[in-house]
Amino acid sequence: MDQLIFAAEVFMNGLMTGVMYALVALGFVLIFKASGVFNYAQGVLALFAALTLVGIQQGQVPFAHLINSIFGTHLEYFGWTVPVVLAILLAGAVMVLLAFLIEKLVLQHLVGQEPIILFMATIGLAYFLEGLGDVMWGADIKNLDVGLPQGISESIESVSANWFGYGFFIDRLDIWAAIIAALLVTALVAFAQYTKQGRAMRAVADDHQAALSVGISLRFIWVMVWSIAGFVALVAGIMWGTKSGVQFSLSLIALKALPVLMLGGFTSIPGAIAGGLIIGVGEKMFEFFVGPMIGGATENWFAYVLALLFLVFRPQGLFGERIIERV
Amino acid sequence: MLYREAGDFKTSYRDDGQTFPIRLDRVAYYAVVIVAFMIVPFVINDYWANAVVVPFLIYAIAALGLNILTGYAGQVSLGTGGFMAVGAYAVYKLMTTFPEINIVIHILLAGGITAIVGMLFGLPSLRIKGFYLAVATLAAQFFLVWLFNKVPWFYNYSASGQITAPTRTVFGLAVTGPSTSAAAKYLICLVFVFILAWVARNLTRGTLGRKWMAIRDMDIAAEIIGVNPLTAKLSAFAVSSFFVGVSGALLFSVYLGAAEVGEAFGINKSFLVLFMIIIGGLGSIFGSFAGAAFMVLMPVVLKNLLVGQFGWATDLAAHFELMIVGALIVFFLIAEPHGLARLWALTKEKLRLWPFPH
Repeated sequence: MDQLIFAAEVFMNGLMTGVMYALVALGFVLIFKASGVFNYAQGVLALFAALTLVGIQQGQVPFAHLINSIFGTHLEYFGWTVPVVLAILLAGAVMVLLAFLIEKLVLQHLVGQEPIILFMATIGLAYFLEGLGDVMWGADIKNLDVGLPQGISESIESVSANWFGYGFFIDRLDIWAAIIAALLVTALVAFAQYTKQGRAMRAVADDHQAALSVGISLRFIWVMVWSIAGFVALVAGIMWGTKSGVQFSLSLIALKALPVLMLGGFTSIPGAIAGGLIIGVGEKMFEFFVGPMIGGATENWFAYVLALLFLVFRPQGLFGERIIERV
Repeated sequence: MLYREAGDFKTSYRDDGQTFPIRLDRVAYYAVVIVAFMIVPFVINDYWANAVVVPFLIYAIAALGLNILTGYAGQVSLGTGGFMAVGAYAVYKLMTTFPEINIVIHILLAGGITAIVGMLFGLPSLRIKGFYLAVATLAAQFFLVWLFNKVPWFYNYSASGQITAPTRTVFGLAVTGPSTSAAAKYLICLVFVFILAWVARNLTRGTLGRKWMAIRDMDIAAEIIGVNPLTAKLSAFAVSSFFVGVSGALLFSVYLGAAEVGEAFGINKSFLVLFMIIIGGLGSIFGSFAGAAFMVLMPVVLKNLLVGQFGWATDLAAHFELMIVGALIVFFLIAEPHGLARLWALTKEKLRLWPFPH
């Protein structure tokens, strides 16, 4: 019985972790749908967004380390702090600017290249952004606090203690993450379905040339999609940053989002969510039941092997578009 | 004026099909080989061997291997680091279990073991294609690194979890272990590079290479004209993994001497080798070498420039290095998506017409 309740708790925590994975995977799907670019830099975008947010909030001087070592000054902070809402807006603006620059400097020159080339370009971009984030804001681990509640949720603990005689431990931050993710997905789906820009975005996703021929500006759509992906990255960055501090390892969650995508299909927003939940629950349950027998830390690879096995039976993922090949 | 085929008459099929049809190319090739074997070993010092030449040679093997898989057979792999780890741990187990057998045989066996592991992870490629396959190969990367970390048998139950190469000799000359001379390290790597590059060149222009390229260009069409995708894809995985395994074995035993799997063979290694073949040129033997040279040299040059010349702090220089590497990769992809090999081919094309370009 105890085992069962523990398993249920692990299951719940897996769901919450899955939501976090899904948040990152969402950014991937948006960009892949609209431009066919497999954006490896999504995780680094989240890291960069979180770094920028912390930097703005605490009034850090950008490039302080660089300026100091060239001019021999000792700049570090402006000496003010920016309110949370304003800081988030400013960080959002930075992400839009970044999206514009990426389109202008990178993607525009790579139109029509093979997917692998575009993929490599985003890896280059990831390296660049990682270096830029460190040079701009410093490489030390930062605490991010935007006023989201943290710690154990007492209400869930007491309710479950009443029902099962055992209090479930669930972080309040995870619950908030789930709520925000749900809102975000609803907003994105509504945007894609009911607005003019959203329709244009779906048209571009279907067929670049056909969209061009009816007068949709590809460049605008791409900047828009990258901005939205940057915004999603900001949300993911806030969640992960609040949870475990803003540091380099944040960019590695992108790697965890890859099996999520494979499972859900590269082109499906519901797929990203479902994939995230399956991976989150799957890896936690596997670690709980099988992990102790084979030395633990199975979370590093379980998601990939699960996705691999799954793909052997369904090569386009859970909700992906059917792959039709012709000679 | 010298660089053209005019006057260089081929009188047999053998001559016609040779690797370097232009005389100057042949001369240059033999000159490079002679310099590499007869002169460099006598002038090389520790700094050059450790910072530039030996890593270049070792990564060139890995790049050749990945280029066979990705450039010739069209199967994108992100598991190179994991396969290098297989080579490294295989050679370590062999070296410590059978100390009386020559290390060259161990390295080749390690390559063979990696080939088997590679074929195993290559099996899904028959069902999964494109990016899905690339991500699927990440499973190999993470699973293998985890395996070598968690199962103490692989690192002989050493307390630190590291593997350390014992001293082994070839013809009485130490090639692994702490007392190895720069020239010995260089020579053993060079011999492997020379033979493997020759093998790769001749495999890729023979039947097998043509099958790989047919699969790369369109696998369904290739299947219809009689290329068996099972054997073609699995042989590409096997040959590629053999190369990568040998490279991993050399990296650990000759170059690093001691290794910890997560650090030495992490996901970054996979990306590094992938960068090499993209910047060098997909589907080109020369490109593998050019890309390896570029990716090995660039950090050395940048570090010397930023830390040595400008006197910046090392951490700042390291971050800048990341930025510059990233920007250069993007720049290269925009300027020449087919890599250094294409630039080289264009230069040669121009040279043939020089000095009368019209």
